[in-house]
Amino acid sequence: MDMAAHAEPKVDVVRRRRANVGRHLAPFLFISPWILGFLFFTLGPLCFSLTMSFFDWPVVGERTFVGLDNYRSMFMEDPQFRESLWITVKFAAIYVPFNIVMSLLLALLLHHATFASGFFRTVFYLPSVISGVALVTIWSWIYSREYGLLNFMLSLVGIDGPNWLGDPSLALVAIIVASLWGLGGTMLILLTGLKAIPKELYEAATVSGVPGWAQMLFITLPMLGPMLIFTFITSIISAFQQLTIALLLTKGGPLGSTYFFAMYIYDNAFKYFDMGYAAAGSWVMFAIVLTLSLVVMRWSAAWVYYEGEVRPADGDRDA
Amino acid sequence: MRKTVLYATLILLSALFIAPFYWTFMTAVKSTAELYQFPPVLWPSEWHWENFAAAWNKQPFGTYLSNSLIVVVLSTFGQLLSSSLVAFGFARFRFPGRDALFVLLLATMMIPWDVKMIPLYMEFNMLGWINTLKPLIVPAYFADAFFVFLLRQYIMTIPMEIDEAARMDGANSFDIYWRIHLPLMLPALVLVGTFHFMNAWNDYLGPLIFLNDQSKYTLTLGLSMFKGLHEIDVTSIAAITVILCLPPLALFFLAQRYIMDGAVGSSVKG
Repeated sequence: MDMAAHAEPKVDVVRRRRANVGRHLAPFLFISPWILGFLFFTLGPLCFSLTMSFFDWPVVGERTFVGLDNYRSMFMEDPQFRESLWITVKFAAIYVPFNIVMSLLLALLLHHATFASGFFRTVFYLPSVISGVALVTIWSWIYSREYGLLNFMLSLVGIDGPNWLGDPSLALVAIIVASLWGLGGTMLILLTGLKAIPKELYEAATVSGVPGWAQMLFITLPMLGPMLIFTFITSIISAFQQLTIALLLTKGGPLGSTYFFAMYIYDNAFKYFDMGYAAAGSWVMFAIVLTLSLVVMRWSAAWVYYEGEVRPADGDRDA
Repeated sequence: MRKTVLYATLILLSALFIAPFYWTFMTAVKSTAELYQFPPVLWPSEWHWENFAAAWNKQPFGTYLSNSLIVVVLSTFGQLLSSSLVAFGFARFRFPGRDALFVLLLATMMIPWDVKMIPLYMEFNMLGWINTLKPLIVPAYFADAFFVFLLRQYIMTIPMEIDEAARMDGANSFDIYWRIHLPLMLPALVLVGTFHFMNAWNDYLGPLIFLNDQSKYTLTLGLSMFKGLHEIDVTSIAAITVILCLPPLALFFLAQRYIMDGAVGSSVKG
């Protein structure tokens, strides 16, 4: 596009230069909302929170620099830190695999359904549409001891249902099940991934006599790899940030059996108003989530096939 | 035979997913007597539609609704505008540091909300925004990483020749964005708008942290108040839950085609 500048009259050069400045500025104008948002709502808060974590920082009153003391007392002296982290790890260890496996099974079922697939898709996605407080209230009386739907079902087969949310050994399971009810989003992502796998691969495999289970193992799963990794990482992130459901369903009880790490941070900040300590807790969470995500990515790099690797980089475009 | 098993499984699972909704709705329209009856009443003998109005009037839900609508409408508008601008910037220009910035944008998705929660609270506190709806609206005007990513993928599928032709005719970059790409992006915008609407409509933690005054509450906070205030007002909780579910359901129903196509499209083209 650019012509040799020296051949042009002076006026044109000036105009061209001015146009060039505009051209160089334009992309930054377009992305400026994100840059400003990143500075004010991400980078700023991150730096601020890191600084806070080195201070004794009450909401009102004197702030004192304490160095690594918040982290030290959290790891060494605070039993609630260890307990809440352990509950979160247990939750994640069950929730994440179940979320992915069940979403994948549902997605596979839907992928093979030819009749009323739109209906079924909608049904499985519905709970994600209304996630939040409404979802939690629905679950709060499914689990209700006296008039709950679940215990009624159990009574039909002659089982005396337990007090799901009042029993420390069952409350975490109840929260996991309630969380899994919203797996429609993950299912949808995997379904779109399945639909994107070229049919020729399966046709070729069938012609060559490759059995169904082997097609699943050697075509479907590898081709779905990037999507599986994406859902794996986002599931880990959401498992560690789990707060709304527990806050509304059990308030961390009974006996602290559903006191998640996010609730621990929340309480330190907005109940005990110890902002520095809460900030330190949130950085511990960040470190864990980031480490887990990096491990997943590194580990997956060995077996995931990215279509993008064989294509020319899509960045080779100019305005 | 295989098909029979497939559909039997699907129907069984559907029942599992629908049962809670069914139960909620029935609870909302039951009489108090049937509510506590055992065995539970699966089909009420009379339908008490007035339960909805009664529940609505127990708290200033009119105020909550208008607060929710203000937040959802203003923030959705901001999200659509800002995310599409940024996505266009990343998709259609080459500039120094672009790829690094884009990776940075994607990386921000991995930051737990908890890390930003406390400093954001203090930041909004300093700005005097606590107990106003601004913390729930203003950040939406600064683009969301996930939506930027989604819209960028979509823009990349629009042929570059269209932009070049428009430029020949004297259109500047903003014209190309506003008059060509926005209309072409409509399906993806519907998708983003729907997702954002649902997030904003269902948001509980944001309002919980940033709002104190009951007159500023959104519907989700109002619903959660039922648990603390009254012992357990099951009928009201069910009725408000049903009401709260309706707008997202209606929106999902209307936008379904776009959502499926858009989601499928972006993955195929991604």
